[in-house]
Amino acid sequence: MLAKRIIPCLDVKDGTTVKGVNFVNFREAGDPVELGRRYSDAGADELVYLDITASHEGRRTFVELVKRVASAINIPFTVGGGISDIADVEKLLDAGADKISINSAAIRNPRLIDGIASRFGSQVCVVAIDAKTTADNDWICYLNGGRIPTDKTLFHWAKEAQERGAGEILFTSMDHDGVKSGFANDALAALNDILSIPVIASGGAGDYKDFYDVFTIGKADAALAASIFHFNEVPVDKLKRYLNERNITVRL
Amino acid sequence: MDVAIIKYNAGNNFSVMCALKRLGVDAVLTDDRDVITSAPKVIFPGVGEAASAMSYLKAHGLDRVIRDLRQPVLGICIGQQLLCRHSEENDVECLGIFDADVRRFEAQTQCDKIPHMGWNTVRPLRGGIVTEQLDGKYVYYVHSYYVPVGQDTDSVTEYILPFSASMHKDNFYATQFHPEKSGGVGELILKNFLEL
Repeated sequence: MLAKRIIPCLDVKDGTTVKGVNFVNFREAGDPVELGRRYSDAGADELVYLDITASHEGRRTFVELVKRVASAINIPFTVGGGISDIADVEKLLDAGADKISINSAAIRNPRLIDGIASRFGSQVCVVAIDAKTTADNDWICYLNGGRIPTDKTLFHWAKEAQERGAGEILFTSMDHDGVKSGFANDALAALNDILSIPVIASGGAGDYKDFYDVFTIGKADAALAASIFHFNEVPVDKLKRYLNERNITVRL
Repeated sequence: MDVAIIKYNAGNNFSVMCALKRLGVDAVLTDDRDVITSAPKVIFPGVGEAASAMSYLKAHGLDRVIRDLRQPVLGICIGQQLLCRHSEENDVECLGIFDADVRRFEAQTQCDKIPHMGWNTVRPLRGGIVTEQLDGKYVYYVHSYYVPVGQDTDSVTEYILPFSASMHKDNFYATQFHPEKSGGVGELILKNFLEL
């Protein structure tokens, strides 16, 4: 049976791992390749590396980092952050990334999804969506790491991304991110019902049970988290044993 | 040089190179027919689309080179599919080594997501590079097309229906999953191929 996936996410800035709390402040958490290897040894199913560097110099460093990750790690990994065109995608795939994740660029230019899917295949194209609820209980999508609201709503945009060729949707609830009180399970379950591609849940993991809930109530295919893994609050190996004991199919 | 990796227009060659390097294997990525033909072992990897891959192979004469290989060959993912007779992916004739046709997954329920993406278990049916000790172990998949279970099937995975996880006929071996991305289990399977 296909296993539910546990995905540590590493935010990388100038070659080191950082994690934002509610997208604003950063704490540092170590060497990205070393951390990745540690997660892979502990049983992580995939890794996500997000480049949060803005400068050109930083971008070059990131491609070099992707090559180092590909050389050192024997599980799949996705890279994202600042990808704006097909040339960026090609550079990162050539450096050994298995998938790329696009966010703001896809909202600004939705045809980028079609372009990536037809050139490299849907399976490499993860569309990341940062969204937040409004007073009317609508989920509004945000740009630039959660700084700029758009006129797109979560469910419409996710469906459009799928139709354009996205292979997976990575949904981060900005309401839940960094708060550590569970994932946005209702929205995730609703997403699962309207999509035929896998959904990765992100934002809100604080404890073991949050993962159990996101796979049962939220019906997610994969769950992503950062700081609770980086600071060993919920170790990946213990988490997978916990889920296995509760009849969630995971790779042990 | 121990292994020639066939270079063509389907990606993820770098990952295969890295995996072999971690195993201490000297591999070259090449589309040179003499280098491929004389290599002790050949890997035919790939992530891509069947029709454009086949037309690239034909345009570069690599279709014949591959069919005529006599040393152990390992097709990975689309490499396995291209070794079959025909693929539903843009209706294309393939290399015809394996006596099987490639089909597209059809969802039966709302839970059936396509592509089949992630870790799933293998069940060995007979000898080959997915050995009996790997029964129930997880390997990594990303694909929307599959090879039905048939006479060349070595091991099976179930997703929507049972399909060929790995295949073998004469000197040709193939896996639908990505051994280069399947952690320690994948490394063992690659080693089994390298030790043939």
